[in-house]
Amino acid sequence: MFKIVSKRQLSPAITEMKVLAPRVAESALPGQFVIVRTDEFGERIPLTICDYDPEAGTVTIVTQTIGNSTAKINQLNEGDYFLDFAGPLGQPSDLVELFSSENGKRKTESGPRVLFVAGGVGTAPVYPQAKYLHDHGITPDVIIGAKTADLFTYVEEMKKVSNVYLCTDDGSAGFHGMVPALMEDLLVRQGKKYDHCVIIGPMIMMKFATQKAKEHNLPAVVSLNALMVDGTGMCGACRVTVGGKTRFTCVEGPEFDGWQVDFDEAMRRHSMYRNNPKNDPHTHPCTCLP
Amino acid sequence: MNKIDRVKVREQDPKIRATNFEEVCLGYDREEALLEASRCLNCKRPRCVGACPVHIDIPGFIHALINEGEAAAATIISKDSSLPSVCGRVCPQETQCEGSCVLGIKSEPVAIGKLERYVGDWKIQHASQEPEHIERNGKKVAIIGSGPAGLACASDLAKWGYEVKVFEALHQLGGVLVYGIPEFRLPKEKIVAKEIEAVKRLGVEFVNDVIVGRTTTIDHLLDEEGFDAVFVGSGAGLPRFMGIEGENLNGVFSANEFLTRVNLMHAYDDRYDTPVFQAKKVVVVGGGNVAMDAVRTAKRLGAESVIVYRRSETELPARREEVHHAKEEGIEFRMLTNPVRVLGDEKGWVRGIECVEMELGEPDESGRRSPIEKKGSNFEIECDAVIMALGTSPNPLIKTTTKGLDTNRKGCLVADESGATTRPRVFAGGDAVTGAATVILAMGAGRRAAQAIHTSLQSE
Repeated sequence: MFKIVSKRQLSPAITEMKVLAPRVAESALPGQFVIVRTDEFGERIPLTICDYDPEAGTVTIVTQTIGNSTAKINQLNEGDYFLDFAGPLGQPSDLVELFSSENGKRKTESGPRVLFVAGGVGTAPVYPQAKYLHDHGITPDVIIGAKTADLFTYVEEMKKVSNVYLCTDDGSAGFHGMVPALMEDLLVRQGKKYDHCVIIGPMIMMKFATQKAKEHNLPAVVSLNALMVDGTGMCGACRVTVGGKTRFTCVEGPEFDGWQVDFDEAMRRHSMYRNNPKNDPHTHPCTCLP
Repeated sequence: MNKIDRVKVREQDPKIRATNFEEVCLGYDREEALLEASRCLNCKRPRCVGACPVHIDIPGFIHALINEGEAAAATIISKDSSLPSVCGRVCPQETQCEGSCVLGIKSEPVAIGKLERYVGDWKIQHASQEPEHIERNGKKVAIIGSGPAGLACASDLAKWGYEVKVFEALHQLGGVLVYGIPEFRLPKEKIVAKEIEAVKRLGVEFVNDVIVGRTTTIDHLLDEEGFDAVFVGSGAGLPRFMGIEGENLNGVFSANEFLTRVNLMHAYDDRYDTPVFQAKKVVVVGGGNVAMDAVRTAKRLGAESVIVYRRSETELPARREEVHHAKEEGIEFRMLTNPVRVLGDEKGWVRGIECVEMELGEPDESGRRSPIEKKGSNFEIECDAVIMALGTSPNPLIKTTTKGLDTNRKGCLVADESGATTRPRVFAGGDAVTGAATVILAMGAGRRAAQAIHTSLQSE
């Protein structure tokens, strides 16, 4: 049993929870995920790790209600318990690799120029990566996109570790437009140069943001939220095609070279159980996919 | 020679059982068990014992059952096996104990598996619920994985006084016994959970949700957490696919995924949240026990279900009883048939599978006649789901996170006969070492490793 030590509502459908899981907190690195289960009848749900504190023994997760199981998670309160909280799973972000060989901090001048592109609930998992870079002497640029101003999350936290650029579909805050348009603005109009970009958000947003990055010859890493059952490599539900090869998101990902990902297949596979009676569409207000 | 025919075991009617998840085989009652036991000739040099991977004293327990009763029989089995109710149900007896029974030459072998099951189930019902008092020797062993290898290793070590902690990645204990083998073949609450409770009564501690290699590492367990030795029984690993066109269409699953959804996650039960794809017609590719489990599970979920296998029926690696049961339940067998691609509709969902007919050529390295494609014999089977039951390849997680642990060309952990790996204090056994095999072989490996750990730690 894993206790929820704090809970914060980030938007009507999105909550942040800090969960007491000392072994996970001790081992976690940016880019990894956990599998959680609320109760005996619950699904095993993969969630990207949004922050971790080895000293307090806590791991932070952010969940958007998109179906029955995520609704169950968000109904839990401070003091309640997850029945299961297993991880950290998957490979750490490539950014970690960048520094593990350097033994410590890199100088800002010589460090890579990194752009993060975050969409919707994908903002929270960008945070530990931006923070990790900041802790290693690099201040990245972060684009955060949302439908409308009310739906922004993690902006204040992000501002402490990066240069934040906001955009909204309806123009209610920041740049008026979606993330690829703001990328274009930074790269062309403002003439910014990057060596590396990390894109995390809904699948459709990752597809178009990756296209934009590719147009500008900018390497792009994406974090795929594939369907999973065990999350440890046993079932293969999470397979995706990357560079023409089948890869397992849970053990080889969740981050992959965005240029190589077959997003259309990934989106199709992601919708496999959308019409299953157990996933009542009336409780699925998600509009992340067309 | 005795003149009694092998006592038939009672089973659920095929038509009824194909619509439920209750156990197929109902087992012997006392009278049936004693009658069947009386068929055993009590051979002076019993061939069955040598054919059993854990060398259970088979004539010994059978004659104890006749002369002294169930408790005495259970005691004899427990010297060599900690999971008799499981093994009595899932062992391939026809190629092991029963396959070498001398009665089998002229008539039918003694139903050793069914007798083992009878004794094991009796013990579950009559076991003391009190924890056993075993003096501890002050040494700690970590076991990775709570499947058959881990359980067997843990039981022996606990009996000898070790403090044993089992780390399990999933939320349930039992490994393949809970995620892989279906309820209708091996009941989870009635049998698996009870066998694990018996291991707990020996003082073994279990921790769920720990993925060794991620949550913690073998190095950490040995260097920081004070374990004197580690046994790796982490199981088979990643499901294999064929590498043919269309395998990532919606509606193509690994048998592991399909069975895990149904067995571990109870997707067939409306009270549970995990969904499973509701197919009308399922093609299962493969001929092993996992393929039989998948196809019979699909049938129970209401789909017309077909096995496609590239060799002929004689080469089917599944237990004979499973093939027989599958046929009784109305599973269609398409032998000498090999898929060449999965066909999809315009939305990317499976609409069929294109196969080619095969014929058998010369024996290959497995000793079985190798299947050869008949050119131009391609044909389609219409279906809306395809399940690949083609075995697994090793999970690289433990290897890549443990210093000094070698793997072979296939990626399996390298371990000697006793289970010793290339890393001191680290032992391994079961599918992690052999690749996908059977419950009883994994148990045997777990027990040998327990002995090796005992020997090496005693000498310190």
